[in-house]
Amino acid sequence: MDAAMRELSYAQAIQEAMAIAMDMDERVFLMGEDIGVYGGAFQVTGDLVERYGTDRVIDTPISELGGAGVAVGAAVTGMRPIFEFQFSDFATLGMEQIVNQAAKMRFMLGGEVSVPVVMRFPAGSGTGAAAQHSQSLEAWLGHVPGLKVIQPATPHDAKGMLLAAVADPDPVMIFEHKLLYKMKGHVPEGHYIVPIGKAEIRREGRDLTIVATSIMVQKALDAAAALEGEGIDIEVVDLRTIRPLDRQTVIDSVKKTSRLLCVYEGVKTLGIGAEVSALVAESEAFDYLDAPIVRLGGAETPIPYNPDLEKATVPQVPDIIAAARDLVKGVR
Amino acid sequence: MPTEVILPKVDMDMATGQISRWFAEEGAKVKKGDVLFEIETDKAAMEIDAPASGTLRDVTGKERVDIPVGAPVAWIYADDEVYEAGTTQNGAPISPLVGEMSAKPTKGGAVPPASQSVAPPSALPFLRSSGAAATEGGPGISPTRGEIGQSPSGGRATPLARRLAREAGLAIADVKGSGPHGRVVRADIEAAIAAKGAGAPEQPTADTAPQTPVEAPAAAPKPMSDDQVLKLFAEGSYELVPHDNMRKTIARRLVEAKSTIPHFYLTLDCELDVLLALRTQLNAAAPMKKTDKGEAPAYKLSVNDMVIKAMAMALMAVPDANASWTESAMVKHKHADVGVAVSIPGGLITPIIRHADEKTLSVISNEMKDLAGRARSRKLKPEEYQGGTTAVSNLGMFGVKDFAAVINPPHATILAVGAGEERAVVKNGEIKIATVMSVTLSTDHRAVDGALGAELLGAFKRMIENPMGMLV
Amino acid sequence: MAGASKAVVDSRANLPFVYRQYSPEQLREVLHKMYLIRRFEEGAEECYTRGLIHGTMHLSIGQEASAMGICMPLAEDDQITSTHRGHGHCIAKGAEVGRMFAEFFGKTTGYCKGRGGSMHIADVAKGNLGANGIVAGGIPIAVGAALSSRMMKTGKVVVSFFGDGANNEGAFHEALNMAAIWKLPVVFVCENNGYGMSTSTARSTAVKNIAERAAAYSMPGVIVNGNIFSEVAEASFKAIERARAGEGPTLIESKTYRHRGHSKSDRNRYRTKEEIEDWMANRDPITLFENELRDFGFIDDQGIEAIRDAVAREIADGIEFAKASPAPEIATLENYVYTEHA
Repeated sequence: MDAAMRELSYAQAIQEAMAIAMDMDERVFLMGEDIGVYGGAFQVTGDLVERYGTDRVIDTPISELGGAGVAVGAAVTGMRPIFEFQFSDFATLGMEQIVNQAAKMRFMLGGEVSVPVVMRFPAGSGTGAAAQHSQSLEAWLGHVPGLKVIQPATPHDAKGMLLAAVADPDPVMIFEHKLLYKMKGHVPEGHYIVPIGKAEIRREGRDLTIVATSIMVQKALDAAAALEGEGIDIEVVDLRTIRPLDRQTVIDSVKKTSRLLCVYEGVKTLGIGAEVSALVAESEAFDYLDAPIVRLGGAETPIPYNPDLEKATVPQVPDIIAAARDLVKGVR
Repeated sequence: MPTEVILPKVDMDMATGQISRWFAEEGAKVKKGDVLFEIETDKAAMEIDAPASGTLRDVTGKERVDIPVGAPVAWIYADDEVYEAGTTQNGAPISPLVGEMSAKPTKGGAVPPASQSVAPPSALPFLRSSGAAATEGGPGISPTRGEIGQSPSGGRATPLARRLAREAGLAIADVKGSGPHGRVVRADIEAAIAAKGAGAPEQPTADTAPQTPVEAPAAAPKPMSDDQVLKLFAEGSYELVPHDNMRKTIARRLVEAKSTIPHFYLTLDCELDVLLALRTQLNAAAPMKKTDKGEAPAYKLSVNDMVIKAMAMALMAVPDANASWTESAMVKHKHADVGVAVSIPGGLITPIIRHADEKTLSVISNEMKDLAGRARSRKLKPEEYQGGTTAVSNLGMFGVKDFAAVINPPHATILAVGAGEERAVVKNGEIKIATVMSVTLSTDHRAVDGALGAELLGAFKRMIENPMGMLV
Repeated sequence: MAGASKAVVDSRANLPFVYRQYSPEQLREVLHKMYLIRRFEEGAEECYTRGLIHGTMHLSIGQEASAMGICMPLAEDDQITSTHRGHGHCIAKGAEVGRMFAEFFGKTTGYCKGRGGSMHIADVAKGNLGANGIVAGGIPIAVGAALSSRMMKTGKVVVSFFGDGANNEGAFHEALNMAAIWKLPVVFVCENNGYGMSTSTARSTAVKNIAERAAAYSMPGVIVNGNIFSEVAEASFKAIERARAGEGPTLIESKTYRHRGHSKSDRNRYRTKEEIEDWMANRDPITLFENELRDFGFIDDQGIEAIRDAVAREIADGIEFAKASPAPEIATLENYVYTEHA
C-alpha cells in the first residue's frame, strides 16, 4: 500500500500518537482503568503495556477522583501523564480534581506552575450503553477557564491533536466519540501536530454554514452531499476545539454564507451551539445573517436504552438535511 | 498605652458593622476575654471579647449605627494608666496599622482602607434609577405583540437585508418580504435594487442619514481620580466630608442626565405685574381657617405656585411637549405632573404635584407647602418624588436673573425660573417700567424639538401674563 | 564555656529525640520559626479585623509544633501539599513572611501574585505545592508528586498535610490506597484538631483514631501528640526515612488543637470556652517547647527574648513590605489562566 495514503482507525491513530509521545519524551506515561493487559475498555491502549511496560502504562484502581488527582500531581511535578477515563460519564467522579485543581492550579499559584496533563474521555451515545455510559459532557468542561477542550473528528486529527495536547503546557481534555473509534482514514506516519484552537473547514459552500463537532462533522458532510443534488451548497466547519474557540473561522464562514446551523451531540440547551450562536450574533457576522440561527443538539433527556429512542435522542443525517434545507429555502 | 477596641471584621465582604448590644458600659472594669459587645451581621450575631483587661473608656461606638470595619469603638485603660476624658478619641494614631487605615489608599491598592469603605445602601429612600422611574411614570410603553419587530426601520427583516437596504438607501418598509412571516431577506433587497434600474444605488435620503454603523463614541475623558484632585491642594488646607447616599444619587443622576440627554435651551421674559396684582387680591380674599396655631388664612399663594399652575396648563395647551423619551416609543402623558425642585440640607429633591393641570391654585399651594416641609425632614415617600412629566426650578428668591437647569429624567423639559425684577421695557416706542421674570426652558431634544419647546414656552408666557386664565 | 556545652552534650543521651538529633542552633531556629508562625497569624488576624485583608482566613494558632515537627526532617527540595489552614506549613517549609503578607494583601509581590490569597498560599521554590481550598484536594496531588519522584528518580519525599475532616473524603481513601499499592514515597499527615469546622471527630468519624485508617491500606499508622515538637518530629523523621528507602507511605495522626475558630466567621458554638482556655493555658505548643529548651539548657530567658524581638521585627517588616508593594493591574486579570506563549 502507498505509505502516503496509509489508513488507520481512529483508535489506532490515538494509540500510535501515544506511542510516539512516549518514544519522544520519557516523561510521558499512561494511567487509567484497565488500560494494561486488557488494552482499555475500547482497545485504545491495546498492547502498549507490552511495549512500554507497567511502569509507563499504569493500571489504576477504580478510583477516578484519586487517579485524576495523581495525574495532576505528577504533571505539576514534571511528568506528562495521559489519563484515560474509561467513560466520559466518569468525569463526574473526577470533577473535583479536573475543575478545582487541574484548571486552577497555575492561576491560583500566580503562574508558578503549569499542569501539562492530558485527559481522555470516550464519549457519546450509539452503543446501547444507556444513560450513565453515553453522555457528551464536553460543554461542562468547556465552561472552565484553565482547561483546553478538544474533540477531534477524524483519525488524522485524533493523532495530531493528541500530540499537540501532550506538548501543551496546560491541561487538555480530549473527548473521543466512541462510534468514531472504528472510523478509518488517512493518518500520516511519524510525528505531526494539529493545533489546538483552530477549526477546520471540511467542505466549502456558499448557502449555509454548518458548525459541527466530533461525530456530527461526518453526519453534516453526509447531509451536505445529499443536498448537493438539490442545488444547496453547504459549508461544513469542524470546530475541533471548544475551548479556546476559533471564533474567526466561524465568523468568516457565516459572513460568506449568511446562514448558520449548529450541530452537536451534547444536550441542546446551554450547549456548544448556544455559544457558537451567541458568538456569531455578537460579531460583525450579525449584519450578514439572512436567516435565523438554528441549533440541532441532543434531546432534553438522559440517553435511553431502546435503540430507536437512543437514535432519536441525538441529531441524525435526515434531521440535518431537513434543517439545512428549511434554512436555505427560507422556510424557517 | 491604652488598648484600642475596634469594630472587627467578622465576616467576608463586611465593610461596616453595627453593634447590636454593649455588655459593658463606660467606666466598667473588664477582663481580657470578657464579652464586650455583640456585632450583628447579615447572618448572625457575633460576640466580641475584650482584647485587654482594665477600665472601659471613651465608648464611642454607638449601638445600631453603621461603623466602618477597623474603626475604634472604645479604649481599655490598664489599671496603671491615667485616663483623661477624650484624649484617646482624638489622639494620634496608636499603631502603625491605624496610620495605614487613615492614610490615603496606596496606589491601586486592592484593599480599600476601612475609613473609605462605603456604607451599604441606607434606609434613606432617594431617587431610584431613571429606568425604574420611567416605567412607573410611563404607562403603556411596552410594545404590544403586533408591534414586535416593527422597529423604526420597518417590518421584519434579516440583519443582512437591513444592512444591504441601509447601504442601498432603501427603506425596509418599502420592500415586500418573501421570507417566512413576510420577513425581508437578501433576495428581496437585491430584487428591489434591480427593479430601480441597474444604475448606482440612489443617494441616501435624509431619513436614512446615518448610513454606516455609527462608530463607537470615543471613550469619555475620565474624571480626575481622588488622588489627582487632592494633590492640587496643600495638605491640611481642607477637610474631607464623605458623601452620603443623597449626594451620591444626585451626582450619579445628574451625570447620567447631562451626558445622555441632548439638552436644548430657550429663554423668554414674562411680565409679572398683572400676576402680582392678582396674587395680592387672591390672598386678601382667603377665608380664615381654624388651625392648631389659631386662625390662619386658608391659603397664601406664592408666585411659584402660580408658575407651577401656568406650566401645567401650558403643557395641556401643547400636549406634544408633555412627553418622555424611551428608545422604543414616545411616551405622551395625559396629565401634567409638575416636579418642583426643593433645596434641602445637603442636597435637593423634586416632589411632584400630580395632575397640576386639574388642581386649583390654593390646592397646589397647600400641597406644595406640605411636600416641601416633609422633603426638608426627609419624610417623602418614593411615589411622591418619582416620575412626573416636567419640573420647575426657581432660584428667583436668591436674586438669580436667569439660569439653565438640568433635565431630571424621565422628564423631557424643565423650567428654570429667575427673579421677578423691575426692568425698563420698550412698549410702542416708549420706555416703561415693568416687573419682568426671565425663564429658561431646557428640553430633551429627542422628545421636544426647538419649535415645539418655543410653543410650550409661549403658552407659559401667555398664562403668566394673562393669569385670570388660571382661575377658570 | 566548653564545660557547659560538654554538659549539654553528655545529658543529651537521655533527652527526647530532637535533642539528640539536632544541634542547639537548629532547635533555637525551630523556636524562632514557631514564633514566626504564631506572630504571622496574629498579624494577619489583626490586619483582617482592621479590614486591610479581605476574604477570610483559617488560622492554625495552636498547631505550630505540628507544622514544624513534620517539616523539620524534610530536605529543601522535598515537597508538601498543604491545606486551607496552611500558613504554618508554608513558613515551616521556608517561606518568607513578607511575601506571604503581600499575598494576603493581594499584591503582585505575593507568592501567588495576589491571585491565591490565604487559602492558596504556596511557595513552589521551597517545595510547597500549595494550600488547597478543597478538603482532601491536595492528597491525590501529593501521591502524584510522589509518583513523579519515583519515575524521575529524584529521591524526593512528599508530605501531604490535611485535617481530620479530610479523612472522610473519598479522595483520602483513593489516594492512600494508590500510594500503598505502588509503595510511593509519601507521608500522609492528618492534623487532627478535633473539629471539621464545627463537627467533632467523634460525631464524624467511625474510628476512634484516624491513624487506624492506615490498617485498611497496609501502612503504618502513628499517633503523636501534635503539640509536642519532639514527638511530631520523631514520627516524621521515621516516616520520611521509610518513604525514602522505598518502603512506602505512612499515616501520621498529629493530635492538636486550634485556638481560633474554623474561619473568621466562627462563633465557637460547638465547643466551650473552658475547653479552649485549657488548651491555651496548659498545652500551648510554643510554651511547651520553650520550657523544654530552657529546662534542658539549650536557651536562656535572654535568648528567648531575643527571638521574640527578632520575630516582631520580621513581622513588622513583612507588613510594611506588603503595604508598599504594588497591586495587580486590572489589565492583567486573565494572566496565568493558561501558559503564556513567548
